[in-house]
Amino acid sequence: MSQTLKQKPTTHGFAKAAIKELGWWRAHKFLFLRRLSQVCVFALFAISPFIASWAGVWLLKGNLSASELFGVVPLSDPLATLQVLMTGHLPELSLILGAVIIVLLYAVLGGRVFCSWVCPVNMVTDLASWLRRKMNLPRTAEMPRNLRYYLLALVLILPVLTGMTVWEWLNPVPILYRAVLFGAGSGLWILAAIFLLDLFISERAWCGHLCPTGALFGLIGKVSPVKVSAVNAKDCDNCMDCFVVCPERQVLKPALKGKQPMITDSDCTQCGRCIDVCAQRVFQYQNRIALKAENNQ
Amino acid sequence: MSTVNQSKFAAKGVNRRQFLATSAKAGCAMGLLGMGLTAVAKQSSQLDPLAIRPPGALSEADFLSACVRCGLCVEACPYDTLKLARWFDGAPTGTPYFTARKIPCEMCEDIPCVKACPSGSLDHELTDIEDSKMGIAVLIDEKNCLNFKGLRCDVCYRVCPLIDDAITLEMQHNERSGHHAMFLPTVNSDSCTGCGKCEHVCVLEEPAIKVLPTHIALGKTASHDTYINTEETTLEMLNKGLEL
Repeated sequence: MSQTLKQKPTTHGFAKAAIKELGWWRAHKFLFLRRLSQVCVFALFAISPFIASWAGVWLLKGNLSASELFGVVPLSDPLATLQVLMTGHLPELSLILGAVIIVLLYAVLGGRVFCSWVCPVNMVTDLASWLRRKMNLPRTAEMPRNLRYYLLALVLILPVLTGMTVWEWLNPVPILYRAVLFGAGSGLWILAAIFLLDLFISERAWCGHLCPTGALFGLIGKVSPVKVSAVNAKDCDNCMDCFVVCPERQVLKPALKGKQPMITDSDCTQCGRCIDVCAQRVFQYQNRIALKAENNQ
Repeated sequence: MSTVNQSKFAAKGVNRRQFLATSAKAGCAMGLLGMGLTAVAKQSSQLDPLAIRPPGALSEADFLSACVRCGLCVEACPYDTLKLARWFDGAPTGTPYFTARKIPCEMCEDIPCVKACPSGSLDHELTDIEDSKMGIAVLIDEKNCLNFKGLRCDVCYRVCPLIDDAITLEMQHNERSGHHAMFLPTVNSDSCTGCGKCEHVCVLEEPAIKVLPTHIALGKTASHDTYINTEETTLEMLNKGLEL
């Protein structure tokens, strides 16, 4: 008790304790790795045409809606594919196969790993969230977290009613990709709108409450073995840094204060920021299946 | 059992009334949002008549069902013809199109854009590019066309990949001079692929020949018409005249 009291003045402010304890690099490790991953996926799409014109091999062709890896492996957005199927159009096999590959990939890696490690919109909404913290903006009234599932249902019903993939007019994920890869910058107003929404109207509004793509990947991730776990929950000193930085803070409490340390809530994006900012090293990535095998032995 | 359920609900802070109220609210919000989204989509799905779809494109309504807007056709096009529409452009955002006046379709024999399409919005049944119907060229302004003035421009005819088939020069007496011929570029809509080369090269500042989407360029006989536009029936009508 006396120790924590002594520490308090020197570690005041967000994540100061973690930076002091672990150093700046380790307190930002997963944030840095995530940005690297997001930028790399983007860059692979962007530089592929140049590599192709010079080495003759396309690394990644297309965009996040549908693409080709090495000119052979089809990859496609499960949400876009579902929308096409809902219109009643039977696409080429490669689109469906691409969606199956992506679903399997994220079912293994963790569903919303897409949101935090690949999706470019995450950079926009994280920036808004960071600015909110820096500007000390007050907490906003919270929208219901399950709005995204209603929106997902809407996105899948509209093609049935209209025969068009209506959501693709506004879906900010491919719009951001197309803006950069195909020079279609005029759609960026949607990204600006999301940024302002997150910054001034409702914190974490887009990725944390509304995005139907995130909702779908969350559902896919329910079966995933990779989870963040509060393995050292007993060391938690209630500094609240993880709550401040977590994009889905409702997932933390059951892990920290409940019976089971693993964050099984599929809303968790597995961004690893809670691991970064915790001076007490409470959190860790864990593999559910490996853990079970270990316990059985 | 019921007490267990109730305590479960209470723990989550939601009772049946609240559940129904939130569902109703969310349902209404989604309904309104859905109407808004559909309105936006419908409004901007009006294709600019000069935005031409790639070869093998399904009819516009089916195309908008199928296309996932991935840009693979654009990246497959070796001539930089295809573009992905931007917001506020004359085509639904993210869908592929080309503007014949800027860069026309070069009609690649292997049709790489169609092969690249994963959604089938470009029909993989199209194997011969000469069967494609991207649009139909229409000599839309006879007044300014140089050939209609009696000159021998002929550029649209010369450049046509299906010369003497999709575009022919029809000879006619030139009434203006009285002793010359006029060679009138005439599009055969059965063969024209809509590649847009004629529009691209037209020497006028604003082309006199333009490629238009098929549904704008072509008329259609009524389905109940017994004289469905065959050469024979129309000829019969002409020959029999009033007897019919």
